[in-house]
Amino acid sequence: MTAPHAASSSAKTPPTPDRIQVIVATDCGSTTTKAILIELVDGHYRQTQRGEAPTTVEAPFADVTLGVTNSVTELQELSGRRLIADDGTVIRRTSLTDPNGCDVYISTSSAGGGLQMMVAGVVRQMTAESAKRAALGAGAIVMDTIASNDNRKPHEQIQRIRELRPDMVLLSGGTDGGDHKKVVELAELIAPAKPRPRFGGEYQLPVIYAGNKDAAPAVARVFGAGFDLSIVPNLRPTLEAENLGPARDRIHDVFLEHVMAHAPGYDKLISWADAPIMPTPGAVGDILQTIARKRGINAVGVDIGGATTDVFSVFDGVFNRTVSANLGMSYSISNVCAEATMPRIMRWVHLPMDERELRNRVKNKMIRPTTIPQSLEALVFEQAVAREALRLSYEQHKAFATTLKGVQQQRTVGDAFSQQAGGGTLVNNMKLDLLVASGGVLSHAPRMEQTALMLIDSFEPEGFTELAKDSIFMMPHLGVLASVHPDAAMEVFEKDCLIFLGTCVAPHGEGKPGKQCFSWTLSGARSAQGTMAVGEMQVLPLAHHESCEMTVSPEKGFDMGAGPGKPVTRTVRGGTVGLILDARGRAITVPDAENERRATIQKWLTALRVYE
Amino acid sequence: MAKAFTPGLTVTARTTYRARRVLPIAGDVLVARGAQVNADTVVAQTFMEGDAFPMRAANILSANPKDLSGLMLKKLGDTVAKDEPIARSKGIFGMMKTEVKSAADGVLESISDATGMVIIRGPQHPVAVQAYVSGEVIEVIAGEGVVIENAVALIQGIFGVSGETHGPIAMANAAAGDTLDEAHITAAMKGCVVIGGARMTAAAIKKAKTVGAAAIVSGGIDDQDLRDFLGHDIGVAVTGSERTGITLIITEGFGDVAMAARTFKLLASHAGRVASVNGATQIRAGVMRPEIVIPLDAAHHGSGGGPAAAAGGAVAGMLEIGTSVRVIRDPYFGVLGTVAALPEQPAVLGSGSRARVLEVATVDGSRITVPRANVEVIDG
Repeated sequence: MTAPHAASSSAKTPPTPDRIQVIVATDCGSTTTKAILIELVDGHYRQTQRGEAPTTVEAPFADVTLGVTNSVTELQELSGRRLIADDGTVIRRTSLTDPNGCDVYISTSSAGGGLQMMVAGVVRQMTAESAKRAALGAGAIVMDTIASNDNRKPHEQIQRIRELRPDMVLLSGGTDGGDHKKVVELAELIAPAKPRPRFGGEYQLPVIYAGNKDAAPAVARVFGAGFDLSIVPNLRPTLEAENLGPARDRIHDVFLEHVMAHAPGYDKLISWADAPIMPTPGAVGDILQTIARKRGINAVGVDIGGATTDVFSVFDGVFNRTVSANLGMSYSISNVCAEATMPRIMRWVHLPMDERELRNRVKNKMIRPTTIPQSLEALVFEQAVAREALRLSYEQHKAFATTLKGVQQQRTVGDAFSQQAGGGTLVNNMKLDLLVASGGVLSHAPRMEQTALMLIDSFEPEGFTELAKDSIFMMPHLGVLASVHPDAAMEVFEKDCLIFLGTCVAPHGEGKPGKQCFSWTLSGARSAQGTMAVGEMQVLPLAHHESCEMTVSPEKGFDMGAGPGKPVTRTVRGGTVGLILDARGRAITVPDAENERRATIQKWLTALRVYE
Repeated sequence: MAKAFTPGLTVTARTTYRARRVLPIAGDVLVARGAQVNADTVVAQTFMEGDAFPMRAANILSANPKDLSGLMLKKLGDTVAKDEPIARSKGIFGMMKTEVKSAADGVLESISDATGMVIIRGPQHPVAVQAYVSGEVIEVIAGEGVVIENAVALIQGIFGVSGETHGPIAMANAAAGDTLDEAHITAAMKGCVVIGGARMTAAAIKKAKTVGAAAIVSGGIDDQDLRDFLGHDIGVAVTGSERTGITLIITEGFGDVAMAARTFKLLASHAGRVASVNGATQIRAGVMRPEIVIPLDAAHHGSGGGPAAAAGGAVAGMLEIGTSVRVIRDPYFGVLGTVAALPEQPAVLGSGSRARVLEVATVDGSRITVPRANVEVIDG
C-alpha cells in the first residue's frame, strides 16, 4: 500500500544513519500502543514528543495498525509535524528539509500477549518442568503440561489435548544418547489426539521437538501431515544441564511467523516498518545488556505490562530474561490477585478498603484493561498490586536464572532427582548495582518516590543499589532504534530515557524494631551523619550529579556486603528522590495486626513522601 | 478538533447479523441455501474420530517392540471389542502365555514397532452444529456448514461465562436499577433468557439454574458471587467452555451497577421473543464479547433494509463533541453522558497522574472530568 504523500510504503532497507534526523518509533503492547518522536536538535538526538492510544486488537477494528495510527496522530498533534497520511500510514520525508513526515519508522511488539501453548515431557519433575519453563520464558500461557508420569490415563491425556486448542506444542524428553522410547510414545499420544488450533482449518499446528536428538527421526515420522514440526537442540541434554535457549527462541520465532501472522493487522505493520518488528522483550534486553556492559555492572531491569512482566538480569556478564506470562496490570491483574492473594496485596495499603469492592475493581480492570486510576485511592491499590506482580515475577526470574543451565557439575543420582540441590540462582541482591524500572505503572507513577518504593518493596535490593526508571517507557523503542542507528539510540538513552531516582542503602538481616540497625556518614558533595533504627526509612536529598563517599556501619546481625557488622564505604550518587536509607531489614516484614500494619506503612510512606 | 479513540460495545435495535456455523471437521451440510432455520435447527453434522486408546502392548507381553506384529491376534483395521484379546505372547514352551486385551470397543488403528504401542480407535462421536440464531441460510460452505443471516437486535455484554443457548426473553425486573434476586425468578422462566436490572445476586443465579433457565443476564455481579458460582477464581479472561448449566452475562461490569437504560429498554421491548445468547468472552488477542441476539420479525425490519445507522452521526469508537459515552472506571463508574469538551493538553488527576481528559455532560445535568481512557462510546 502506498500513501498519496511521499514514500510511506515499506522499505526493508532503512536509510543510513546520516539520512536519519526524524524518527517515529512505536511499541504495540497488549494494552497500549506507545509512540515517540525523536529529532536531531542542535546536533543532538532528543526524544521530543510522546503519544499513546489503546492497542486495537478489539472488534470491530481488529487491526493493530489503527492503534499505531492513533498514537502517531497524537505525536502529530503535539508536534505540529504531519506524520500520518490520509490513508492512515506513516509519512516518509522526501528530503532532509521536508517539514512533514519522518525518515524512518520502526516498531516493537509484545509477542507474549496471545500465545497459548501445551507442553509435554517424559518426566513431570524433569523434562516436563524444563519444557514448561522454556515456554513461560518465551512469554507463553502454558495451558497444560502432559507427562508420562502425570497420573492421568492416556485417553484422559488425549481428551485434554483435544479440548485445549493450543497455538503450538512443545515436546521434550530423554537425554541425548539415552533411551528414546518414552518421548516417541508421547509423540504418538499427541499426534492422534489431533489438537485443533484456534485459528481454523488451514493453520498447521506448530510442534517444537526439543528432546533426545536420537529420537528426532522417529518423532518426525509421527508428526507428518497436518503439523509444522521444528526440531531444536535438546532442552535437557543431560540430567545436570538445561539448555532452554534454543527452544525458547524457536517458540518465539514460530509465534511471530505463525501466530502473530494471523493477528489482525500485523502483516500490515510489518510492511509499514523500515526494519523488522522486534519483540519488546528483545529490545529492552538489548538496551539493558548495553548499559551493564558499558558500565561494568550487575543490573536488573523490569518491564511490567498489561499482560506480562518481563525481568532481565545481567550478573557477572551472564544475561537472563524471563517473561512472566500471567502477571500484569490489566489483562492479567486478576491472576496477580489470585496468585499473590488479597492479604498479601493489602499489606501494602495504608487506607481502609473493602475486599469485596476491591475484587470488583480488579475484575473491572481486567475486562476494561485500558482504564487508568483517577483517584488517589485507586492509585494506591494499583501500586499495591504492582508490588506483588513484580515480586512474583522476580521470584520466577530467580528460579530461572540459575547455574544449572549449561554447567557440568559432578552430581550424584540423588542430586539429579532433586531439583533443589545445586543449580543456585545467579541473582544476588547484594551484588546488584542498578535496578531499572519500565512499564506503565512504574514509568507513569505521578511521583518518583512511588516508583522508587515499589521497586524497593518488590525487589528488596541489598547493599548499595542505584534505582532508575525509563522516563516514559521508551526502552523498547530505543532497543529497536539501535538496530538502525545505534548512536542515536545511545544518545537519547543517556540524555532522555533513564531518570535516576537515587541509591537505596539497605543492609541484609533482621532485628528488633527500634534497635539500632546501622550508623552512616557522608562526605563530599554533602556532609552528614546519623543512625537508623530497625524498621525506619529515611531520604537524604542528593542529586544525580552529586556524589558522596558514604560509610555504613551495620550492627551485628546486619550485613552491607562485607560480612555481618562490618562497615562498608562506597561512592554513592543521588537522583530525583535522593539517598534512600532502608533499615527495614531483609526480608521486609509488616505487622499482622491491622492497625499496626497501616500505621507502619503510613510511616514509610511519610518518610519517603510517597503520596504527598 | 482533538480526536481520540476508545473501543465500544454494540447495543443496537437493528443490524444485520451473520452467523458462520461450521463443523470442526468435514461433514454433511443438511440445509440448502435459502432455507429458513430456527436456533435449534441442526444445519450440519459429522462424526468425529473416536477416542484413541493407546496400550503398551509390547510391555505387557514382555516382548521386543520389533516382534509385536508377529504376536498380534488382530490386524490393522479389524474391529475389536473391549477385553477381547488382540495380542498374545508365545509363552514358555507354549505355556504361561500373556495376553493383551483391548482397552475399548473400536478398530485396531496402529501397531508401532518402534515403541511397541498399539492404538485402538473408539467409536466415532457424532457432532452436530445448530444454527444458533434463526434466519435465512445465505451461503452453504460445502462439507463444512452454512452462513445464516438475519436482521436482529444485538446487545454485547462486557463479560460472560458458558456458551451458546437460546430461549424466550423473560423480564425479571421492572427497572434497570433493580437488583435481581431470587424472589424475581419463577418456575415459569424454565428455558428462558432471564433479564434482570442491576446486580444479580448469588441466590438469583442459583434459583435460575434450579428452575432450568437457559441464561441469566443483568447489569452486574459481585466477583465474589461469580467465584462462588464457578467454584474458582477467573484468572485470564478467556471463558465460554464452562459447564455451569446456565449461561451468565453481565452487560456493564462488576459490582452493583444498573444495566444501561437503553439496553434494558431494548430487551424489554422484545419480551417473549426468542433470543440467542453466548457467554463466551475473550479479552486478549482475538477479542470476543458475550452477546444477546434477538432475530426480528418483518414488522421490525423497517423500510430500506440494511443495518441501522449509528446514532448522532458519530463514527463508532471515535470521541468527538456530542458523542454519547459511559464512564467505565471508578469513581464515576456507570455514569452516562455526552462529550462536552476535549482539552488538548493533559490535566492532573486526583491520583497525581497527568493524562488527557475529556469533560462529560452527564444525563443528570452535571459536568465531570474524566481521563479519556476511562470512557467508552455507546454505539447504535
